[in-house]
Amino acid sequence: MIDLRLEKILDAPSGKMNLVFEEKIESGQFVAITGKSGSGKTSILRMIAGLLQADTGHIFVGNHTWYAKDKKILVAPQKRKIAYLFQDYALFPNMTVRQNLEYALDLKQSKEIVDELLQAVELEQMAHRKPQTLSGGQQQRVALARALVRKPDILLLDEPLSALDQEMRSTMQDYILQLHRRYAPTTILVSHDRSEILKLADELIILEDGKVQKRGAPIDVISSAKLGGKFTFMGEVVAIEQQEFLYILTILIGRDLVKVIADQEELEDLEIGNKVVVSSKAFNPIVEKIL
Amino acid sequence: MNWDPLILTFQLATITTLILFVVAIPLANWLAFTRSKWKPIVETFVSMPLVLPPTVLGFYMLVAFSPSNRFGNWLEAYLGISLVFSFLGLVIASVIYSLPFMVQPIQSGLSNLSPQLREASYVLGKSKWTTLRKVLLPSIKPSLLTGIVLSFAHTVGEFGVVLMIGGNIPGQTKVASIAIYDEVESLNYAAANNYSMILFVTTFTILLSVYLVNGAYVRKKYS
Repeated sequence: MIDLRLEKILDAPSGKMNLVFEEKIESGQFVAITGKSGSGKTSILRMIAGLLQADTGHIFVGNHTWYAKDKKILVAPQKRKIAYLFQDYALFPNMTVRQNLEYALDLKQSKEIVDELLQAVELEQMAHRKPQTLSGGQQQRVALARALVRKPDILLLDEPLSALDQEMRSTMQDYILQLHRRYAPTTILVSHDRSEILKLADELIILEDGKVQKRGAPIDVISSAKLGGKFTFMGEVVAIEQQEFLYILTILIGRDLVKVIADQEELEDLEIGNKVVVSSKAFNPIVEKIL
Repeated sequence: MNWDPLILTFQLATITTLILFVVAIPLANWLAFTRSKWKPIVETFVSMPLVLPPTVLGFYMLVAFSPSNRFGNWLEAYLGISLVFSFLGLVIASVIYSLPFMVQPIQSGLSNLSPQLREASYVLGKSKWTTLRKVLLPSIKPSLLTGIVLSFAHTVGEFGVVLMIGGNIPGQTKVASIAIYDEVESLNYAAANNYSMILFVTTFTILLSVYLVNGAYVRKKYS
């Protein structure tokens, strides 16, 4: 379990902001943190990683103390078993894909994990290439694989997919889920993308002006009112058409366009581009054999 | 033609460059990443040789190393070395004189790298030294090459400092630039021209090859 209490005065765009983050995270959990830019999300990750020092507080991970202001303990980033996935990948340009992974190996650690991870992110064919010759999605897969080489206890994902297009994002999310299941590191994801959060995280924390505003299951926190739906999807409104009394919404869910009927009331504060939750309580789904 | 001054010049430049490379990397690394309040002072000292007349530097070193001075006396009495009018003295003077030419390219190369490159390496459990050696320095090869070549070329072109602290001892401290001056003084223009032409062509070739290599590297990396 991770027990965090982090306090720091940050220079936010709107002036000085006091960040106070006091949370406990069970090991193996996948927690997402969201909030407006400048709300302190990245600073929290950086403090957990040891790249930024809190003004006061503590970080207890299992039986270890990584930071305790009162005991004057501050463990260097090198000594924390963490992995950090940066938004711009931070791959080493002078090394090939394989060398990037091998660099991460601890002394005496067996090289098998390198092949295992290259296989898991399906990059064996690219192993000898330099990172800058790969696409953005491939580079982020290398970074993800590299982050997991040391089998970290904590995986920190700092808006890792924001530079990728929608399709690539979806593929990367699958890789992240799959690797999270396999290696089960406690994972903290900073993200703006609600569908990403719903797909990946067990828990969501909303941060506002340096304070935790809400915490809970992502669907509850995002849609605030409990829907209790059996089927729930996140999507984006791409078109609104009026047809006599009703409206037809075209919603992009994942990679599919879905048409949904809506009445005047539901449409009130909807605009094209809005993110929406599509759910249904009682309906009769059609089951059809496809394979 | 007497080749000694030319050989001496290139010996001096090679040794100076080697020493500078070793000295400048930790110094440039410190300057690039430190938040110390002493940084501007250290930076000023490193850059001084760029603007100070070489004779000023040479003069103070001459005074400091002279056996009549306490420091120079101590060097001679306890270590048995005399830095005035000797090759070793020239090397030390050259290292100080060419320091900014090695430090500045490396420092700016390092500080232009994305800080996440360093952080990624630290988070992977690698020490600052390993990170510098395996990630940062290999990522700034053009800056390293620039530093090496500029220091070498600058040492070849040294005159004032050498004259002050080295004098004009054949085979010891009489480098090519001094030899040219010497030949001109004795109206031996043909010999002066020989030395000058060789220095001209060599430095042109060295600098041209750097620009070609760095240009190609930059094109390859960003195309």
